[in-house]
Amino acid sequence: MESKERLDVNGQLTLKELPYIIQWDANKCTRCGQCTTVCPQKAIEPSVTVQRVVTSEGPLPLPQSVRQVSQGIKQVTDIERYCVGCGVCSQVCPNDAIFPEYNPVNKFAFHKNQGGVPHKRGGRRNSTETSTMDKLQFSRISMLTDPALDAGRHEFHIRTLLGRNLAPENMPLTIKDDELGLDEMAFIPPTREIFPIRIGGMSFGALSPHMWEGLAMGVAYLNEVENIPVVMCTGEGGMPSRLLKSRFLKYFILQIASGYFGWDEIIHAIPDMQEDPAAIEIKYGQGAKPGDGGLLMAFKVLDLISKVRGVPMRVDLASPPTHQTKYSIEEAVAKMITSMSMAFGFRVPVYPKISGSQTATAVLNNLARNPFAAALTIDGEDGGTGAAYNVSVDKMGHPIASNLRECYLNLVKIGKQNELPLFAAGGVGKTGSLAANAAALIMLGASGVDCGKYIMQAAAGCLGDEYNRCNLCNVGRCPKGITTQDARLYRRLDPDKVAERVVDVFKAADTELKKIFAPMGRSTQLPIGMSDGLSINDKAIADQLQIKFAS
Amino acid sequence: MCRLSAIISDSYFSPMENIMALETMKEGHDGSGLGLVLRDLGGEFENLKEFPILSGICSEEGLKTMDEYMVSLGFKTKYLWDPEINETGSGIRSRGFYFARAYEYPDWAEAAGEKVKFDLLAQTRLDLREMGMEDESITVFSFWPDLITLKEVGDPLDVGIFFGLEQKSLLAKNILAQGRQNTNYAINLYACHPFFLEGYSTMTNGENTAFIPIREFLTGRGLPGYVGYRSDSEVFCHILHYMRKQLGFPLKYYKDVITPLFDREMTERTDRKAIELIKRVLRPLTIDGPNCVIGTDIDGTIFMVQDAKKLRPGVVGGVPGKYALMSEVCGVDAVIPERDRSKDVFPMKYDMVMINKDAKEIKIWNQKNGSMSTVN
Repeated sequence: MESKERLDVNGQLTLKELPYIIQWDANKCTRCGQCTTVCPQKAIEPSVTVQRVVTSEGPLPLPQSVRQVSQGIKQVTDIERYCVGCGVCSQVCPNDAIFPEYNPVNKFAFHKNQGGVPHKRGGRRNSTETSTMDKLQFSRISMLTDPALDAGRHEFHIRTLLGRNLAPENMPLTIKDDELGLDEMAFIPPTREIFPIRIGGMSFGALSPHMWEGLAMGVAYLNEVENIPVVMCTGEGGMPSRLLKSRFLKYFILQIASGYFGWDEIIHAIPDMQEDPAAIEIKYGQGAKPGDGGLLMAFKVLDLISKVRGVPMRVDLASPPTHQTKYSIEEAVAKMITSMSMAFGFRVPVYPKISGSQTATAVLNNLARNPFAAALTIDGEDGGTGAAYNVSVDKMGHPIASNLRECYLNLVKIGKQNELPLFAAGGVGKTGSLAANAAALIMLGASGVDCGKYIMQAAAGCLGDEYNRCNLCNVGRCPKGITTQDARLYRRLDPDKVAERVVDVFKAADTELKKIFAPMGRSTQLPIGMSDGLSINDKAIADQLQIKFAS
Repeated sequence: MCRLSAIISDSYFSPMENIMALETMKEGHDGSGLGLVLRDLGGEFENLKEFPILSGICSEEGLKTMDEYMVSLGFKTKYLWDPEINETGSGIRSRGFYFARAYEYPDWAEAAGEKVKFDLLAQTRLDLREMGMEDESITVFSFWPDLITLKEVGDPLDVGIFFGLEQKSLLAKNILAQGRQNTNYAINLYACHPFFLEGYSTMTNGENTAFIPIREFLTGRGLPGYVGYRSDSEVFCHILHYMRKQLGFPLKYYKDVITPLFDREMTERTDRKAIELIKRVLRPLTIDGPNCVIGTDIDGTIFMVQDAKKLRPGVVGGVPGKYALMSEVCGVDAVIPERDRSKDVFPMKYDMVMINKDAKEIKIWNQKNGSMSTVN
């Protein structure tokens, strides 16, 4: 038996406690050291080990024990340097000698609060359960009673409206000689006809310049060459002044959030704007971390970000959990919507974005009465974030499908479902089914959806997943160069390639939406609220969503 | 597929003409039902133009309930048409008491304006419908002056015989007839075309894939008449009612409401700004076809429109004084064989064909270029 002293290692962890364990093959390894160089966590380090090796030389078996010194790599058990499973080591290894393996029995959560600091990270909710969106089936297919449409032959108009619509009874129309006219002096709220899948708010700051540029180029190409009017939200933090004054501004939704970062620059650029932005999004909440503010850490606040946001370099930029001016929805929120509308001459739709919540209908009902509220975006619990406490990401929030449906049915009840469009976000394309998730949410009542994580994975190869993989967005060490301001890292990402992939994604989604809508006999209008097209193999969910149960 | 048969004339004719036209189109329908809306009535109703007529079916118990209710409201029976039901000749089993009963308005309403009278008729019909819904003791299809609705399940010709229509006790100048029960939802007389609401009626061929969003939009308007929806086609009638009565649009805009143009197609329209706004604001009322809709406006104008892809058959032909709007040419041939067939109109995706009450000519409204042309 070992002495008691040798086992007194309470402060140390074994590899089994960690979420990922490095599998390393000494026979394949060339000892080049690249894996230890690229590891963003310094979770592996070169090691020298002494081993006892039994060898036998000569014609007869004469085994003898030899002590041998060998070089290799070793995974550290320091919880602050835990392996995040990103797999960049595998990517650089010339011989496939190393890869991280998920450890399902890890005890990470028991230890990652050293010094009294809870675990913070980027990414998404670590839940591998199938979302309601992914359980929904499109089951009302036009069969022999009527001919279905042909996705390849008929013309499809996959577009939605972003912006407030008047109540039909309030249309400022005149009739003269059996012809309708428009009273041009009357105020008609602005709307934009856009592709129903948007790129949701990811800030210039959270994203690297190459990633942001790639997205922006892809969006511009989709609009101007492919005729797919995709719009993209800036997230908090504004955008480069050069773009604010460019003709491309119309493809962007400018977000204002609780830190108001970037808005000094935006307001000053208004006189020089050639185009109006697509819309203004007032962010009151984020699905991934409801009730939590934002934090752009000091080491991401370098030259470019400090200029765009109008702040000094190398300081933490904290956005408060709520807008400091927000004391009641009737006054403060309404005033903010009106003020933002006024700043852009009432030519730009202004709408709030909130976290999915049981209180969403209260917000909705208030917005329904506000003639300047252009829409409502609801962001569900499966949304992503650049930085948050783990407990917020994993445990806070509301699933989007039921929250959206509840809000839509509420609008139906008061007859305003076409007046106040709902946009749904949070986990759209979580398992790769971007178009199917979008179509399902549209049929539940969304006018459109936002995607964020999907586009990061599809366009830039983001490594995050529901097994806590990578999730280093908050510390600026993104191994793919997506969420970092470190030029050594973001040079790994080619903005042209990102743009190409953005175009691929939306062209494919456009085709897939047609393939879903055609057999259901819908082509000229988006089937918003066409809930009879959906079914689900779960009676309780079917009842809650008021759709068909089909097993 | 359903078959539609509508006739408008400047002289009275029998609904058997519509039924015989359906008979010629029989290859295209399964003979599972017949619905008729007769307007501008002749025969026994020729001198009762101003009296509202309640059309429907009652059980013995239902008849008692209905009479009591009508008396309590102050309506007085002016004239009763109860067909001599021919069960043996038609092979159709009677559901009870079929009637078209003309009433005098309650005394208090006699001097009232049109709006008050029409609201009273609509509400009375809805109340009766509600009263007889659960036990199916009362089924009422319409309650309107100079208009009768008949509906029954069975082959159209058999249903005609069942009602004794060959005896020509019922005549009219404007008749919509549809030969087939609704198939997309459960069979129910309330699901049988044509549909009626406050002077507007339509019948449709084809599946309405946008039914649920349209229904939810209509029911959200808070108007009492927007109920029922046993058929996905009932909304076509209610859309017509909504845009005409509630919004006050001219009839030709029905086309712009249910099948709005793409923005790029609007350039020739002088009312472009108005139709752009209508398209946005009434977006949930857009149908997505395949549908051919035939209907009658409150003023007796009959019309035909197609879905935006023109996926259903439809033809209009005739001579000044009598026109037929049918699913197939053979149907028009059956009614007006002597016409010049080269003048037949086949409404395409942009067209809305309208024929005024006087049945003098066919008017074709082209939605794309905003022009109205005539054929006579």
